[in-house]
Amino acid sequence: MKRIVYREWLVQPQRYWGLLAILAALVAVGGLSALYMEHEGHWVTGMTNSVVWGTPHVFAVFLIIAASGALNVASIGTVFDKKAYKPLARLSGLLAVALLIGGLLVLVLDLGRPDRLLVAMTTYNFSSIFAWNIFLYSGFAAIVIGYLWTMAERKGNHLQKPVGTFAFLWRLALTTGTGSIFGFLVGREAYDAAILAPMFVVMSFAYGLAVYMLVLFYTFDADGRPIGPAMLKRLRNLLGLFVAAILYFTLVYHLTKLYGAKHSDIEAFILINGGLYSAMFWVGWILIGGLLPLGIIYHPELNQQRDWITTACALVIVGGFAAMYVIIVGSQAYPQEMFPGHNVIQFGAPGDVGGRIAPYSPSLPEILLGIGGVGIALLITAVGVRVLQFLPESLADRDVDPHASARPAA
Amino acid sequence: MNHETESMNQGRRDFLGAAAGVSAAAVAPGMFLHTPVANAAARTEPVTDMHRWGLLVDTSKCADGCTACVDACDTENGLNLQSKPLGDDKLKWQNQRSTWIRKVKLQDNLTGNVTNLPLMCQHCEHPPCVDVCPTGASFKRADGIVMVDRHTCIGCRYCMMACPYKARSFIHEQVDQKLTRAPRGKGCVESCTFCVHRLDSGDISTACADACSAEGHQALVFGDLKDPTGPLRQALAKAPSRQIRQDLGLNTGVRYTGL
Amino acid sequence: MATVMMKGVLLASLVATFGMGVVAQAEEVGDYVLPSSKAASLENCVEPTEYMRRNHFELIRHQRDQTVYGGIRGSDHGISGCVSCHVGYDDKGAPVEIDGKGQFCQSCHEYAAVELNCFDCHATVPTGEAWNHEVAAAHAHLPGAAKTGPTSAER
Repeated sequence: MKRIVYREWLVQPQRYWGLLAILAALVAVGGLSALYMEHEGHWVTGMTNSVVWGTPHVFAVFLIIAASGALNVASIGTVFDKKAYKPLARLSGLLAVALLIGGLLVLVLDLGRPDRLLVAMTTYNFSSIFAWNIFLYSGFAAIVIGYLWTMAERKGNHLQKPVGTFAFLWRLALTTGTGSIFGFLVGREAYDAAILAPMFVVMSFAYGLAVYMLVLFYTFDADGRPIGPAMLKRLRNLLGLFVAAILYFTLVYHLTKLYGAKHSDIEAFILINGGLYSAMFWVGWILIGGLLPLGIIYHPELNQQRDWITTACALVIVGGFAAMYVIIVGSQAYPQEMFPGHNVIQFGAPGDVGGRIAPYSPSLPEILLGIGGVGIALLITAVGVRVLQFLPESLADRDVDPHASARPAA
Repeated sequence: MNHETESMNQGRRDFLGAAAGVSAAAVAPGMFLHTPVANAAARTEPVTDMHRWGLLVDTSKCADGCTACVDACDTENGLNLQSKPLGDDKLKWQNQRSTWIRKVKLQDNLTGNVTNLPLMCQHCEHPPCVDVCPTGASFKRADGIVMVDRHTCIGCRYCMMACPYKARSFIHEQVDQKLTRAPRGKGCVESCTFCVHRLDSGDISTACADACSAEGHQALVFGDLKDPTGPLRQALAKAPSRQIRQDLGLNTGVRYTGL
Repeated sequence: MATVMMKGVLLASLVATFGMGVVAQAEEVGDYVLPSSKAASLENCVEPTEYMRRNHFELIRHQRDQTVYGGIRGSDHGISGCVSCHVGYDDKGAPVEIDGKGQFCQSCHEYAAVELNCFDCHATVPTGEAWNHEVAAAHAHLPGAAKTGPTSAER
């Protein structure tokens, strides 16, 4: 087998600095939005006492689960010994850390008191999944950095497998933890379901891989590195599998909810009469994020073309945001069931919401803050691949897999 | 100089002692309103689990259209000092302003029977908000009052996600006016405290229950759930009561009859 | 009003009596007690002045947990005591926000370049503090309850 050679990203300086400038601008605008929200208070957002978590959380949760999913590519190489995935591992680790930092920043900057971050880091309540997640997240970043070191440093190579395996187990715990933030809220109809945790794991596989593939394609195209058809096929099929798994888990989630009669109202809300939320579920989550990409991936002609595969990845990501929006915002908009068998005629002051759907429309600062998080993740990635050797020189099939020439290309 | 300090502090202590004596003597005859407890003065020892404060709502006495309890709560805790930030949407603000207690009007789907009740923090024995709080800012005091330590609250709002009663509010705006007895500020979560500043001064009452009595409705009885001879336990013994979301098994401190 | 003025006169005469030495020292450590505040008429704070200058936050923080978790509110070391004693009054006798420019807390914190964020939540003038024994007694609508008029601290 040929030795894999890694090289810094050799895109032309103008293009590189242009890209950095755009990403830095996104980050700056996101930062200003956070300052504005922090200075004025959260009334400038669309969030209320009914919908307490809004667009920033949609972005943050997406980025965090995509982070753990992005590490998957490395895990397949290290933990499951798939040689063909080995050259992909370094970028996988970098993306995982970058996406995690982006997501966490959004989460932290949306706090009511971001200045008290130190309190969150020094005072813990161990019955809170949130508190555990603080450890899971910071531990994840540390472990992945160690993992990257074992890949890059020859002296650390022999540790790669144990560290990689540990990182894999850790990322499973992390996504389970993230899903559990929602999964154990007894007071909310939509969330009270343990299946949310494994569903988040599967979602992370798909979203992380989709982000990974987009970044891989972009960086490789930019400085003319080859990606072989067999490699393309591998990644594409893996994405198809994960997307199908999301659809399966979505089905099981809603079936279990429908089976219990007491949840039929919230199910009707999400699936049928929830207006925007139902539309987001069917069009965003199921069609754009599920069926369309699957159609492309398993279409005999379209799946041969890089552009179509890129489109499929983008659709998965769009669908992922829609899914997060339905899970996070939609489930809060639905009224909490406090008085079964009763109709709530009045609930506090006229604008106060109980017993009916809570209005929520994202405000500009919230959206910009979320985009700023995406910006910082991509900025870290862009700087990383430029200054350090993260990208393999070639993913052409003969360089990756010694037996590729013996097999017919896909 | 030190000697003078001593005498000054002594004077202060004497004054406090006298005041405590006055209030103890004063409270005693008011049994119909306020349960006398052993320490009916500003406490000097930390609260214990000898008491568990609770409230009984008789929904049959809760009058339609009456907001005395809500208004009293607002005045007591400085919530009436809130004002809509310039430029905020009017309806959105109603959903963003802090509300510790709200009047809820229900209609039975089957019978059409209408029920009025006040809804506030239910002061659960097993509060979900306390379980989920990452910093432990949401806590249950030894005497059963569920509160937010605003010094450690980071404003993550996870407790609001967890609360089955929508009892908590997030402070969405800069707070310019606040009361000494009820500090509050932007970026933290807050909710009903059972007028804890009153309890700590030895006065066993809440603004809402007092206001309800003053209106002549007597729909709210506040007291000690652990005192078998107290007014709350006696009222509870007289009529069947239940908890909202009883299925969750949270053992709330607020109970309702006629629901 | 009269008492406020008297305090002012008292302090002025005090300064005059002790002369420049006192002033120099006050500048050195930063003496920010306002002539119009109740504190100006007292010999020292709830603990010796030098101790308070260095350690007041330890006391406040300790008391804060005592109050929040233990429900102990009557202590000398609570922040409401600081405010009611140290708040300054304007010509009309109205209290001035203690975290305002030139006021007791703000001016010293500015001098020491230490962030002051108690007043994000806590009242900056004594308002609605009055849930104390006197008010509790009056509240009980009882005959013979010692209903003293609200002190300046309770306004």
